[in-house]
Amino acid sequence: MGQPITVTVNGEKKSAEVEPRLLLVHFLREKLRLTGTHIGCDTTHCGACTVLVDGIPVKSCTMLAVQADGQQVTTVEALAAGGTLHPIQAAFKQEHGLQCGFCTPGMMLTSIALLEEKKNPTDDEIRWALSGNICRCTGYMNIVKAVKSAAAQMNAAAAVPAEAAAARS
Amino acid sequence: MLPAPFEYHAPRSVDEALDLLDQFGDDGKVLAGGQSLIPLLKLRFASPGHLIDINKIKELDFIEERDGTLRIGPLFRHKAAERSSLLASRYHVMADAAPQIADPIIRNRGTIAGSVAHADPSGDWGTVLLALDADLVLRSKKGSRTVKARDFFSGPFSTALEPTEILSEIRVPAPKAMTGGSYLKLERKVGDFATVAVAVHLQMDDGKVGSAGIGLTAVGPQNLKAEKAEASLKGARLDDATIKQAAALAAEAADPKADQRGSVEYKRNVVRVFTERGLKRAYERARGGG
Repeated sequence: MGQPITVTVNGEKKSAEVEPRLLLVHFLREKLRLTGTHIGCDTTHCGACTVLVDGIPVKSCTMLAVQADGQQVTTVEALAAGGTLHPIQAAFKQEHGLQCGFCTPGMMLTSIALLEEKKNPTDDEIRWALSGNICRCTGYMNIVKAVKSAAAQMNAAAAVPAEAAAARS
Repeated sequence: MLPAPFEYHAPRSVDEALDLLDQFGDDGKVLAGGQSLIPLLKLRFASPGHLIDINKIKELDFIEERDGTLRIGPLFRHKAAERSSLLASRYHVMADAAPQIADPIIRNRGTIAGSVAHADPSGDWGTVLLALDADLVLRSKKGSRTVKARDFFSGPFSTALEPTEILSEIRVPAPKAMTGGSYLKLERKVGDFATVAVAVHLQMDDGKVGSAGIGLTAVGPQNLKAEKAEASLKGARLDDATIKQAAALAAEAADPKADQRGSVEYKRNVVRVFTERGLKRAYERARGGG
């Protein structure tokens, strides 16, 4: 009783026949072997399995794979495209925003969605945005630092082309 | 954890969805945001044979104020409520409640109507709708009927919704002048269900209370409407004695159970304190403040 679906995962179209009851997280981990998305609580609490669906953070243990048919899914594997760390990854590394690392993929994807919307989030805004992602190691201090640091990096990188354009005109 | 097997349907129109519900009856279940239903399926507390996913029916995602009524569609999500300038400016109870639902990731997908239809006694939106005296439109293939929020809930996870019906619209009376509201929620941590929450909606009329709505979360077998407390306020000046009396009546209306979140006495006391605070906040807002 497979149902055909086509999901664009990290920019690549993936087609498969899946059982309707298959959760998105299992589709990613077991069918596509993208094991960077972690299963933590499996009960919609912890946010370890967070991925972006059409750019929006979603707990992939609480969405069916068939529901992602025709949609764009981004997992942690997409972040270091071409072997260069994404600014959020570099910042988590630099600021020690992780210890065991289990929650980190979800933390980073939620942070990326936040930084898409808010270029300079305050500490409170970061904590609020990440309140659906649970970390049992860090105490969150360094995670907040990492997100701020990534914001600064990304803003600086965005400013360079803008300055170059201004210089040309 | 995997749900029990089911057949999946993703209708493109409301008529198609209603046909499916009519066809499958008790064995069909509507899937909206899925943030309550999918966990239930995984825990095998529910195992419908057919899931009818309405997420592809984009016309069901709406909010509009028309002819003195706010109308909310079945796919209107918590996140959209949190960001709605219409709710922020005129519907204080809803604007207060929205950012307190579960956590930000769940709010991205979960819907108001789904939460109401799920009817968890610890759910927030049912309480909000009770305070606002909302109407719920229930639609099946055979037609539509309108049920008052206070007649909708019948027990834990039980409502007036028939298996062949969809909660197709939530209708809230548009606020008159001098209206204010508040939603106060006590939770142990972000994302936890309420220990206690209280919704207050207040409409002032010439210095007196024109009408008051008070809803209680997680202190009974369903979301409760504190009707005696509401009645005690009607026509009264909102002085300290009136507020105290209404808060005491709301605490009496509560019927909490002791659990890991607190004792019966504790929860009842929180109802009393939140009703007092909520009335004061709602009053301030009705007068144009905060």
